[in-house]
Amino acid sequence: MSVSTHEAAKPVKGLRIDFKTLGPLLALVLLVILGYSLNPAFLNEGNVTNILTRSAFIGIIAVGATFVITAGGIDLSVGSMAAFIAGVMIIVMNWAVGSMGASIWTVLIGVGCSLILGVGAGFINGFLTTKAKIEAFIVTLGTMGIYRSLVTYFADGGTLSLASGARDIYRPVYYDSFLRIPIPVWVFIFVAIIGWVLMNRTAFGRYCMAIGSNEHVARYSAIKVDRVRTATFVLQGLCVSLATIIYVPRLGSASSATGVLWELEAIAAVIIGGTMLKGGFGRIGGTVIGALILTAIGNILNLTEIISNYLNGAVQGVIIVAAVYLQRGSLRTRRKKAE
Amino acid sequence: MSLKAIALGLLATSALVGAAVAQDQIKIGVSIPAATHGFMGGLNWHAAEAEKRLEAANPNIDIIIVTADGPADQASDLEDLVSVHQIQALVVLPFESEPLTEPVRAVADTGAFITVVDRGLTDPSIQDVYVSGNNTEMGVNSAEYMKTRLGEGDNIVILRGIPTVLDTERFDAFMGAIEGSGINVLDNKFANWNRDDGFEVMQDFLARFPDIDGVWAQDDDITLGVVEAIKQAGRESEMFVVGGAGMKEIVKGVMDGDALVPVDVLYPPAQIATAMDVTVNHFISNGPVTGSYILGSPLITQENAEQFYFPDSPF
Repeated sequence: MSVSTHEAAKPVKGLRIDFKTLGPLLALVLLVILGYSLNPAFLNEGNVTNILTRSAFIGIIAVGATFVITAGGIDLSVGSMAAFIAGVMIIVMNWAVGSMGASIWTVLIGVGCSLILGVGAGFINGFLTTKAKIEAFIVTLGTMGIYRSLVTYFADGGTLSLASGARDIYRPVYYDSFLRIPIPVWVFIFVAIIGWVLMNRTAFGRYCMAIGSNEHVARYSAIKVDRVRTATFVLQGLCVSLATIIYVPRLGSASSATGVLWELEAIAAVIIGGTMLKGGFGRIGGTVIGALILTAIGNILNLTEIISNYLNGAVQGVIIVAAVYLQRGSLRTRRKKAE
Repeated sequence: MSLKAIALGLLATSALVGAAVAQDQIKIGVSIPAATHGFMGGLNWHAAEAEKRLEAANPNIDIIIVTADGPADQASDLEDLVSVHQIQALVVLPFESEPLTEPVRAVADTGAFITVVDRGLTDPSIQDVYVSGNNTEMGVNSAEYMKTRLGEGDNIVILRGIPTVLDTERFDAFMGAIEGSGINVLDNKFANWNRDDGFEVMQDFLARFPDIDGVWAQDDDITLGVVEAIKQAGRESEMFVVGGAGMKEIVKGVMDGDALVPVDVLYPPAQIATAMDVTVNHFISNGPVTGSYILGSPLITQENAEQFYFPDSPF
């Protein structure tokens, strides 16, 4: 699916494209109806807030992943990277508490450290992919193992815990609300809007799609392919860093079990949302819905007793495939009609 | 990871000085899973502590600890322990029972003394000593405590670990002991022995059930997540949580009289040290040591918490 066909198709077959855009949304609506019918508590304000807040982690990471995947790359290291950044943040903040007491500066130092690490880690992934010419899959598989081992090493196999002084100051970042919406959800909304603008209203977004659909043509069109690709990984690292900043105050700890399989959840959210895994076409709005769908599935399974615990993975699998089918299925009818 | 480095270092040095080692030196290999989560981190720490203590007390004992990332890795470790180190005894916590039964048998065939820890082999005749925690007792003791605090018509929820034999043993024992007490088990869900899942599953339980009197989290990592979720909902005064394992943070809380997590149930990561002690005793004691050692899972309360508190352990 290349950019040009998509864009050319738009004016003529607007209605069907709308249907395709609505595919993931339709899946989410069906899921909400299912959740409500299984247990009315699903739509209680508290539960809806829980779902939105939880989906913020995967959602923010998935916004970054949308750029990487659109530009034809993949990043498997995000889960380990989140665990690694969380671990280093905690070590640095504990050190800051020890040397100058707990204050708002402790948290700011932690946040600054997270941003530097995220951007740095993203740059390393991007640099190795573009300059060293190693496939993104292999580079990020490697960094995934490295970050995971490093956090295990720092924690001595156990768990790194934030000193309670810093914890009390940092805690509101996850648990407090502004206008009745939790702060993590605000961050998610903010990241999604910036992401949407970048993807749909800037040259950078168009370059990503162009590179993902045909790297050689993009290169001949004087697009700085390596630079744009590296930038997508840096953006991904930045998103991981933001997600970690709101993750750490939740439990105030990091261990080797932190962020396990987040990379797959983020990729799944991106694909459920309508972005092509092979690149060339990205959809931020869909990614947001994809993240909500994934979180809602887990929540619904916890709210009901009718499905055996042992089948949770199977239910998730069926819903993910069905959600993608809703969107691709409508794609196929569109093509047939076009012929 | 650091243990692996130490093990590698030991491997290199012992290869260098191997020829110079006196004839009566007794080599004991210890093969355990790498420290990939809290409990194993604690187990690795206790193994290293026991090594230091036993080697200092017995100059003729040389302990070699190797850590593995998976069953296949562990099988290779066992081969190395035999071929490179020529161990006289092996203490092994098998990653998985079935795939490691034959590799351990191969070590036993060289005449080495075999101590199996925590997860039994499919053929128990291979081992000389078996040391293990007691999952059944852990479940029963947790249920017995619930019964002392709750009665007819009270509601509890259960957070389970990962679907495994070990988890099922705990769960079945708990359900068996709670039966007939009139306590309602509202539901049970898997929280995969980690804090994040404990937090999310508990949030959902809290959204779903307006009346919860007790929570059986059966693991201390899960407990920490559960506690955060209860605090977030502001329902600390309505219920209490029973965890399990003996993590230092939780034991400290019990010691200080935490009302939300008033007790813990032991499933000791220090069992590896017990196994190493027994194995060394086989060489230095005049008493017989072979047999099974099933360690208790006592209730850790404010009164006895001190003896289960290891502030230096990572777990």
